[in-house]
Amino acid sequence: MTDNRFVNKSELIGILLLAALLVVILPLFLDVFRLNLVAKYLTYAFVALGLVICWGYGGILSLGQGVFFGLGGYCMAMFLKLEASSVENTKIQSTPGIPDFMDWNQITALPMFWKPFHSLTFTVIAIVLVPGLFALIIGAAMFKRRVGGTYFAIITQAVAAILTILIVGQQGYTGGINGMTDLRTLKGWDIRPDHAKIVLYFFEVGCLFVCIFIAQFIRHSKLGRILVAMRDKEDRVRFSGYSVANFKIFAFCVSAVFAAIGGAMFALNVGFMSPSFVGIVPSIEMVIYTAVGGRLSILGAIYGTLLVNFAKTSLSESFPELWLFGLGGLFIAVVLAFPNGLAGIWGDYIAPQIARLFNSGNSKPGGWAGKPVADSTPAE
Amino acid sequence: MLIGHQPKEFLLAVEALTVSFDGFKAVNDLSFYVEENEIRVIIGPNGAGKTTVLDLICGKTKATSGSIQFRGKELTKLKENEIVQAGVGRKFQTPSIYDDLTVFENLEISYPKGRSVYGALTFKRDAAVRARVEEVAEMIFLKDRLDTGADLLSHGQKQWLEIGMLLIQDPELLMLDEPVAGMSVSERVKTAELLNRIIKDRSVLVIEHDMKFVEDIAHKVTVLNQGQILSEGTMDKVKNDPKVIEVYLGH
Ligand SMILES: Nc1ncnc2c1ncn2[C@@H]1O[C@H](COP(=O)(O)OP(=O)(O)OP(=O)(O)O)[C@@H](O)[C@H]1O
Ligand SMILES: [Mg+2]
Repeated sequence: MTDNRFVNKSELIGILLLAALLVVILPLFLDVFRLNLVAKYLTYAFVALGLVICWGYGGILSLGQGVFFGLGGYCMAMFLKLEASSVENTKIQSTPGIPDFMDWNQITALPMFWKPFHSLTFTVIAIVLVPGLFALIIGAAMFKRRVGGTYFAIITQAVAAILTILIVGQQGYTGGINGMTDLRTLKGWDIRPDHAKIVLYFFEVGCLFVCIFIAQFIRHSKLGRILVAMRDKEDRVRFSGYSVANFKIFAFCVSAVFAAIGGAMFALNVGFMSPSFVGIVPSIEMVIYTAVGGRLSILGAIYGTLLVNFAKTSLSESFPELWLFGLGGLFIAVVLAFPNGLAGIWGDYIAPQIARLFNSGNSKPGGWAGKPVADSTPAE
Repeated sequence: MLIGHQPKEFLLAVEALTVSFDGFKAVNDLSFYVEENEIRVIIGPNGAGKTTVLDLICGKTKATSGSIQFRGKELTKLKENEIVQAGVGRKFQTPSIYDDLTVFENLEISYPKGRSVYGALTFKRDAAVRARVEEVAEMIFLKDRLDTGADLLSHGQKQWLEIGMLLIQDPELLMLDEPVAGMSVSERVKTAELLNRIIKDRSVLVIEHDMKFVEDIAHKVTVLNQGQILSEGTMDKVKNDPKVIEVYLGH
């Protein structure tokens, strides 16, 4: 535990196994449709990764990560929508050259705040900065005043609700309840055909690994240990000379930026963005993915996201009305019985067994390294 | 030049300090002064307001009125972490350490470098840090427990660890709240020895009930009762003060 490198041996093995799964195994064995589903699930893995830092390490439970997922997603979608709304493509509209939903809402000129989204560079910067700054403002307002725990969680829920209402209400500017659909090209490159989906999948996996390495770096820095210390004894950290509020703001901003990158990937890979990924329910679902995977485990959160979503897809196809109950039950079961989720089960039960089998000496629990228990759908 | 009375430079000057919790004055118009390199012990019955005084100095509780000057800085206007950075260290009554971290990591977090967000991200565990952590660990009798999770330590060891966390901060004013409470006899002896070593070159404010311990280390004793000073002076003077005997030492 006292080493200071940003990946230790067992974590490196875990990361390599995850890479093998995402880069080799899944693309080899899944058809494009299924692979695109995985791409969709992985967009939530960015959120889960952010929650590991913010909630798992820092103890700050945000129930409004959908806000940042949405902000990132909408930034990306605005760029794509503008490209899809060229004068040529929209000549049947009464005002050609603006997104279709604006035309339907009798808007006759592109609003000011849409204009910069003609630029991809601006869009990429906005995907990071808009949610980052928004988190900074919320974080500063809350944490400087020492609003903590439950109140913070409730306020993030309120923000998620407000943003959803805003997006739905301002149809002319946002596409309303339907969101932004019919996204077509990225700098002229069609994102809809199968080969594009495969390229986008690999691009997303690349971004995910960049985020994993950033998370690893944070975790193994002194800042990571301060977050853990803070979760446990906030006051002691203050009296060790640290500004607790600043560290909380940082963790919250990192989680927001990760979520936003996930949202942007969603717009690219899935091809639309809508308010149904912004509100209270999706925000809570994202917390559940993290809890199931293990909120203290960077890799665990990713496996948790994948597993819960696979379960969701298969179950909600057969028993759509039961799914939400199943998800709730799963969450309660995990929190009560396995507070460290799948990663905890792995670290406490499976890894020691394997270590004994191979007799390879001390594989200490801690960093969860390894792949999920293959094809085990979570209990419930 | 030297005409009349030259005011003395105190390290800590507490003046007219009052805090009221819903009308109940836990500390009431309290004034006292601590000099450089002085070891001051605060004693008094339960609920006298001793811990509250330390809470006020380190910023945990905000004063209702009055002032606390430390090296000419007004502490009542500073945030907790700024007070620490000004040079005030505080040990809590119940051991307050990070259970989820190892002994090494506990000490390292208290090392006074990289305290900003950026500083913490780029903090390097270099030879100087390791050497200092090991040096302090040696002093607090935990040198061979550096990789142990802090939650696995005994109560006495936790107290030492927290003292170590303060030492590594190297504060000019060290405040200790009942450092030997709950310790076994042998741990007490070791702790007294430890404290005697670490109180050199700094001022110390200690709260303690153990009279033998107080006699051993105190330069001056302040007796608190109901948020006010009952008596102040050398141990001998205080011990023989009839008011003190009546409310505190008598039973
Ligand atoms: N935050 C608070 N709110 C309300 N009352 C408080 C608060 N902190 C302390 N008190 C009250 O102030 C009084 C003084 O408490 P304090 O903890 O300072 O006593 P003490 O001298 O340290 O006692 P002990 O020897 O038991 O540690 C007590 O009556 C306590 O109940
Ligand atoms: Mg006390």
